[in-house]
Amino acid sequence: MSDLLQLDGVSKSYGAKRALNSVSLTIGSGKIVGLLGSNGSGKSTLMKIAAGLIPNYEGHVWINGQPVGRTSRSLTSFMPDQPLTESWMRVKDAIAFYKDFYADFDTEKANDMLKFMRLERDARVSSLSKGMQKRLQLTLALSRNARLYLLDEPIGGVDPVARGKILDAIVEYYDENSSLLIATHLMQDIERIFDEVVFLKDGELILHEEVETIRANNGQSVDEKFKEVFDDA
Amino acid sequence: MSIEFDNNLPIYLQIMNYMKKQIVIGKLKAGDKIPSVRELAVELQINPNTVQRTFQELEREQIVETRRGLGRYVTSEEAKIMEIKKEMAGDLIDRFIQGMQELGFQNDDIVSIVAEAVNDEDRG
Repeated sequence: MSDLLQLDGVSKSYGAKRALNSVSLTIGSGKIVGLLGSNGSGKSTLMKIAAGLIPNYEGHVWINGQPVGRTSRSLTSFMPDQPLTESWMRVKDAIAFYKDFYADFDTEKANDMLKFMRLERDARVSSLSKGMQKRLQLTLALSRNARLYLLDEPIGGVDPVARGKILDAIVEYYDENSSLLIATHLMQDIERIFDEVVFLKDGELILHEEVETIRANNGQSVDEKFKEVFDDA
Repeated sequence: MSIEFDNNLPIYLQIMNYMKKQIVIGKLKAGDKIPSVRELAVELQINPNTVQRTFQELEREQIVETRRGLGRYVTSEEAKIMEIKKEMAGDLIDRFIQGMQELGFQNDDIVSIVAEAVNDEDRG
């Protein structure tokens, strides 16, 4: 089976609020996929379910043909919107922490990425700017040898320079045997690195299409398509 | 290499056109090695699969060729490069003629306008 991520009728509610409503989706190997939607559309919930971090939901989820769970977690690397690092940590402590925690952590790749990102090993994590924080989180997530990388808002709230650097790093360090699912509500600059996009609105999947097909068939950028679909708000 | 991308058009077509132009104007010469998929993807900040598709299309059109274990090269056939040049010129002319016809010019007028413009340019 070459499908890396498969969701079948996945729903999730938080109390009365329905975060995901019967989402079915298949993502193949070797793809960079944009998961697009406004705030509260269910992007993070979908990511956390795929990462095996939310156990209670309806429907079925498989990673590389295995039901999501303890074993699938070794196949997925999740970059959360909020950092997992502790405030006392320096950059090098965060690296050591991940190395202890994940058997598939590639320290050489991490050190290489730190240089690329211009992150100082001795800098305190709590003193880093938002852009530098994101660079560190991305370094930590991409330095694992996983099959599916789940990046939640990797360019959210960062300035254009840091955004460029983060996109460079994604293209530079992306491994063609794996897939990336990138949740974002910002389309600027990032749409060129996607193979496919998935639009989520109020917990429902409303579009899953190759980006070059959107451009070829409609003469539209992903950004324009996004505005067209979401403009009734 | 730098391209101003238009996100409303397929990116692989834009890179194809860019590379064809580089070949026609001699920036990339017959038999030159071209960058790898990864190198070009990083340089242009785009998806490696898009670059891969660009190269496949260029191969299909026999503009670049893969040499096993060595990488990809611009075709060494000068005739092929002439063909691209003619094709690109044809596209320009088609668009120009269509634009002129939309403005209401007859074919004879178009020819004389072009002849005049070329003469003006020759005189400086």
